[in-house]
Amino acid sequence: MLLIRCPYCEAERPELEFTYAGEAHIARPADPSQLTDEEWKDFLFIRSNPRGTHFERWRHQHGCGRFFNAVRDTVSDKFVMTYKAGLPRPTETELKEARS
Amino acid sequence: MMHEHHPLVGREIAIRKAMPLIVRVAADTARFSLRIDPAEIEKASKAFGLNLPAKIGETAISGEKRAICLGPDEWYLTAPLAEQEAVEQAFADLYATAVHSLVDIGHREVGIEIEGSDAVLALQSALAFDIEAMPVGSGCRTIFDKAQIVLLREAENRFRIEVWRSFADHVWGLLQAAGREIELDI
Repeated sequence: MLLIRCPYCEAERPELEFTYAGEAHIARPADPSQLTDEEWKDFLFIRSNPRGTHFERWRHQHGCGRFFNAVRDTVSDKFVMTYKAGLPRPTETELKEARS
Repeated sequence: MMHEHHPLVGREIAIRKAMPLIVRVAADTARFSLRIDPAEIEKASKAFGLNLPAKIGETAISGEKRAICLGPDEWYLTAPLAEQEAVEQAFADLYATAVHSLVDIGHREVGIEIEGSDAVLALQSALAFDIEAMPVGSGCRTIFDKAQIVLLREAENRFRIEVWRSFADHVWGLLQAAGREIELDI
């Protein structure tokens, strides 16, 4: 069983309690009506889909119910770290510390 | 009364061996889901008559009233049935000074008590995290097999499950199977 640390509950919880919620740090355009169709399509559908480190949103649905962000390696499926929603993307040095 | 028609009423799983396990339906209580800004927690504590725990997973008990902190702004409150209206009135009065949501979920849930030295073993059969590491007096929402439950550890060997009545039969069936395995030592 994959254990995921919820930054709100501050505890390792089983993966069963969580749901995946797509890529993180995608800001909704302030005024969508100003966007071209092309830009709007990019916002809605185009994701980075990296091989390796991926910043993503998760929801602790069957726990505290909160959305939070996680850094996961898409190859090894290992979680590097999790952090509260609204916080900035962790820097490379922070990630390196979390990995060690 | 609705609770009298519940399929689990009066049922019990009892394995009376050297290491006993007793599973029974808990007495009905009033249950509420409270959502309120954590900054207003003191006012809510006053209205409920119990200091609400501030940290997720903590519980507070005073008399027959109990509060479990399930999320950053979410509490699960239980109180004796006789006090249901008093609690509702207290929170209705609180609404003038603190915006919140208090929902009566008393008829949605069923309480199941699991007691005995094999309680951990019986629960572990359908829970995916390490219950032995769960501190006494803590509670959390989690998944029991496929059903969402609120799990409480009241004492070293006593647990309580709060589960939706529609899932209660499923949870009970699993506990029955686990109890049977414990009885036969397999």
